[in-house]
Amino acid sequence: MDDLLREFVTETNESLDVVDSELVRFEQDPGNAKILDNIFRLVHTIKGTCGFLALPRLEALAHAAETLMGKFRDGAKPSAAAVTLILTTIDRIKSILESIDKNQTEPAGSDDELIAKLTEMSAAFSSARPLASPAEVTVGTLVPQVLERPLRPGEVSLDDLERAFRATEVGQTGKRKAASEKPVEDDDSSRAGSLSIRVTVDTLEHLMTMVSELVLTRNQLLEIGRRHEESEFKTPLQRLSTVTAELQEGVMKTRMQPIGNAWQKLPRIVRDLSNELGKQIDLEMLGAETELDRQVLDLIKDPLTHMVRNSADHGLESPEERRALGKPERGRIRLSAYHEGGQIVIEISDDGRGLNVERIKEKAIAQGLATEAETEKLSEAQIQKFIFAPGFSTAAQITNISGRGVGMDVVRTNIDQIGGMIDVKSVAGVGVSFTIKIPLTLAIVAALIVEGGGHRFAIPQLSVIELVRVGGGSDHRIEHIKDTPVLRLRDKLLPVAKLGKLLGLDGTASAEDGAFIVVIEFGSQIFGLMVDAVFHTEEIVVKPLSSKLRGISLFSGNTILGDGAVIMIIDPNGVAQSLGSRVVTQLAAQEAALADAAKRDVPAGEATSLLIFRAGSSNPKAVPLSLVTRLEEIDARTIELSNGRHMVQYRGQLMPLVTMDENVRIKGEGAQPLLVFSDGSRAMALVVDEIADIVEERLDVQVQGELPGVLGSAIIKGQATEIIDVGHFLPLAFEDWFRGKSHAQQRTRNILLVDDSPFFRNMLTPVLQAAGYAVTAAAGAQEALRLLKAGEGFDVVVTDTDMPDMSGFDLAETLQRDPALSELPVIALASMVSEEALERGRKAGFYDFVAKFDRQGLIASLKEQTDMGRAA
Amino acid sequence: MSERDDNRHVNEYVTAMVGGQLFGLPILRVQDVFIPERLTRVPLSPPEVAGVLNLRGRIVTLIDVARRLELERTIVEAQPMAIGVDAHGESYALLIDSIGEVLKLDDKARESNPVNMDPRLARVSSGVYRLDAELLVVLDVDRVLELPSRAVAA
Repeated sequence: MDDLLREFVTETNESLDVVDSELVRFEQDPGNAKILDNIFRLVHTIKGTCGFLALPRLEALAHAAETLMGKFRDGAKPSAAAVTLILTTIDRIKSILESIDKNQTEPAGSDDELIAKLTEMSAAFSSARPLASPAEVTVGTLVPQVLERPLRPGEVSLDDLERAFRATEVGQTGKRKAASEKPVEDDDSSRAGSLSIRVTVDTLEHLMTMVSELVLTRNQLLEIGRRHEESEFKTPLQRLSTVTAELQEGVMKTRMQPIGNAWQKLPRIVRDLSNELGKQIDLEMLGAETELDRQVLDLIKDPLTHMVRNSADHGLESPEERRALGKPERGRIRLSAYHEGGQIVIEISDDGRGLNVERIKEKAIAQGLATEAETEKLSEAQIQKFIFAPGFSTAAQITNISGRGVGMDVVRTNIDQIGGMIDVKSVAGVGVSFTIKIPLTLAIVAALIVEGGGHRFAIPQLSVIELVRVGGGSDHRIEHIKDTPVLRLRDKLLPVAKLGKLLGLDGTASAEDGAFIVVIEFGSQIFGLMVDAVFHTEEIVVKPLSSKLRGISLFSGNTILGDGAVIMIIDPNGVAQSLGSRVVTQLAAQEAALADAAKRDVPAGEATSLLIFRAGSSNPKAVPLSLVTRLEEIDARTIELSNGRHMVQYRGQLMPLVTMDENVRIKGEGAQPLLVFSDGSRAMALVVDEIADIVEERLDVQVQGELPGVLGSAIIKGQATEIIDVGHFLPLAFEDWFRGKSHAQQRTRNILLVDDSPFFRNMLTPVLQAAGYAVTAAAGAQEALRLLKAGEGFDVVVTDTDMPDMSGFDLAETLQRDPALSELPVIALASMVSEEALERGRKAGFYDFVAKFDRQGLIASLKEQTDMGRAA
Repeated sequence: MSERDDNRHVNEYVTAMVGGQLFGLPILRVQDVFIPERLTRVPLSPPEVAGVLNLRGRIVTLIDVARRLELERTIVEAQPMAIGVDAHGESYALLIDSIGEVLKLDDKARESNPVNMDPRLARVSSGVYRLDAELLVVLDVDRVLELPSRAVAA
């Protein structure tokens, strides 16, 4: 009996959720008989089961609600009041169910009042039923029927019932209707019964744990297999690996649920809110079938509900306001969900008034999150982000006109907890859009294994956007601004943190040359994490940290690697936070409070990074930092005079020194600071007296310069500062600076790397470059073919097998058919190496098959191939 | 502090040496005794946490008992040992200098902590036995696992 009851409660709760949203749909679309049938059937089932389980209160309620709904089915137009009444009834049923769930029995209490209302409403519909047209004619004779007991609340006398039946079923006898209703129901439930079973969550969780262990063991075996080149275990191991991966995927699937489950209650909430607030709201839900892990789903349910409520409550204007603004009266809230690269993106947007930036600013100042002066410097987008600041909304009651952001800090905390990210975009008067990115699952993630300070760590691959090698012949170099390392990456200046140092492990100051920078994106912040070595990527099973270690914000968990060692998982959020208080502070010139505000955001916006220096006079001079290649301090004694010009030996080349004007003196001894500008293989240095600071300012040249080499003056940090025209000085160093550049490249082996994933392209390129190859990356087979046919001289093609449009196999086959290219060796990178794939690869003419994460294997294979190429 | 319990007369203790002091752990709390291998140090962790390690697929947090009790560690010549314990659903191990024999001791012989006992020891001790050669301090495992910051807050 207990089991039966429990099952009933679960099932009924699910049915009621459906009824909730269906009713709202029905109200908007009263003509849709299908929806009504569906609702009717659900309520009917509830009623039937209640009678069977001896739950009189529920039975009476369900019965009364069913009667009222019957009226709609008869053609009565559902009024908002009637729908509200039914919804209220459903709420009551829910609360009774809750109590049954807890106490196994129905709670004491009476629903007479509610039932009376329902009956009254039904009666009102029966009496005023103009829709039944000529059906006032009752077919057959009415035999007075007698019941042997008094009517229970909610029951209608048999006479009434009979009359209703006859009145309703025009041209159809009540019996036939009842008969035709049954099979539909049976059909439905039997079909559902045979296709799905109910499994407790515990069983699934246990299964998941076991699979996680299996994945670990598999990884261990693979690690052992890697050490033994030729082993008879190789093939069965690969098979095991494939099967494990499939099993893992299968089990993960059992935990997947459509995100629509988390949205189910929203139509009802929005409906109630729109009644309450007197606003007309359309709720659009797109991508409800997008699936994600149950555990993640549970965690985002409340934040999502909260945000939709916020949109309805504070975001959308009243109909009058909207009309006055020329917007449609009906406000719109749109929810959408879709998969994007291993994560789920959920967007919640409305077309309301947008965030009130002024109000947020005031509040941020009032709460001491920033000073007034600091907020002046922040862009609107940065100010909007204050709504996510801890404690932002809890301090004072926000009124409706104050804008949005109620409880957004709480939402953010929830999303942070599951390793997700949230961002906001708002345009005043047009609306707000929140974007949430969350991982599909929390249990198993792909991670990049790195080393820093002598320890290995895992970085979730989701947050890694690029891998950059610095020094050692690469184009990238770490620079220092007052001891703060920064990386110039294309047109951006990224703060860099040394992993070892961050963790207090930097006993031996690791060399920056040859180090790797893992470029990490967290929220809107992008930063570099310097590591000593990068090993491979591995699917890791995330295990929670011991409670003794939970206070360390830099770690989000730990895991057991394939070789059996335990390593910590780096939390990008924690790193971003600690960067906020370290690097950004210095970058933004010591304004602690501002750095606090900029925790999640390096102040950028329209501002330019300017390098402030002094040369020749005490007036500050500035040059956009992006133009400077490096800042150097050289020993003045190494400066040589050659051919009447000052030169210095720099990285194996002679670099000319240029002075701003004759007032600048090149030092005879001590340290000489230089600004190095370079372009390809050339470099020149501008001699300065002192490098003063780096600031973020809007560059606003106010007075045009008259001196050569000066663009003009601007106010920077309250001081008139000369902005230097670098273009003026470059030709002073090299007469032909702007003329042709010739790179005499020595012949290295050229690799064409084909992979559709930018992550792998970015990860493998520096690895291969470090191994001494010239790498050209192509994002797909078509692009690769174009490059190959264009006659670029490639020595080897390294291709992913699994790509959209055209697979690596197809690429290899195409190359084989082309007489000009058939000799070109192709190495395949496969995420999964199966027997079939190996066979197909042999046919397609792959030179070798390398597992995608097997960096060593790839390099070994390349080496082998190129050695052979040389021997041939 | 030490309640005399008449229902059970004999308790079994796993004995361990830490910093020259003999300790006894109730045998029912002890899951394993093992040699800690492949220990991973955890940067930024409390000093009492020696690291984490993989014990048959479980991640175990190793607590350095000597550091926890602020005892001088004795000569590190011998291979240190670890005693695995579970607490609040988590796996821990206590790092000790050496493991001793299992003693059966009459509960009645257990005495409460001497008043002049070092407070650092007194906090984690649930009584003392006078053995022939030396004193045995009965360790309260849960209290050992309450790292100082928590102990202060508690």
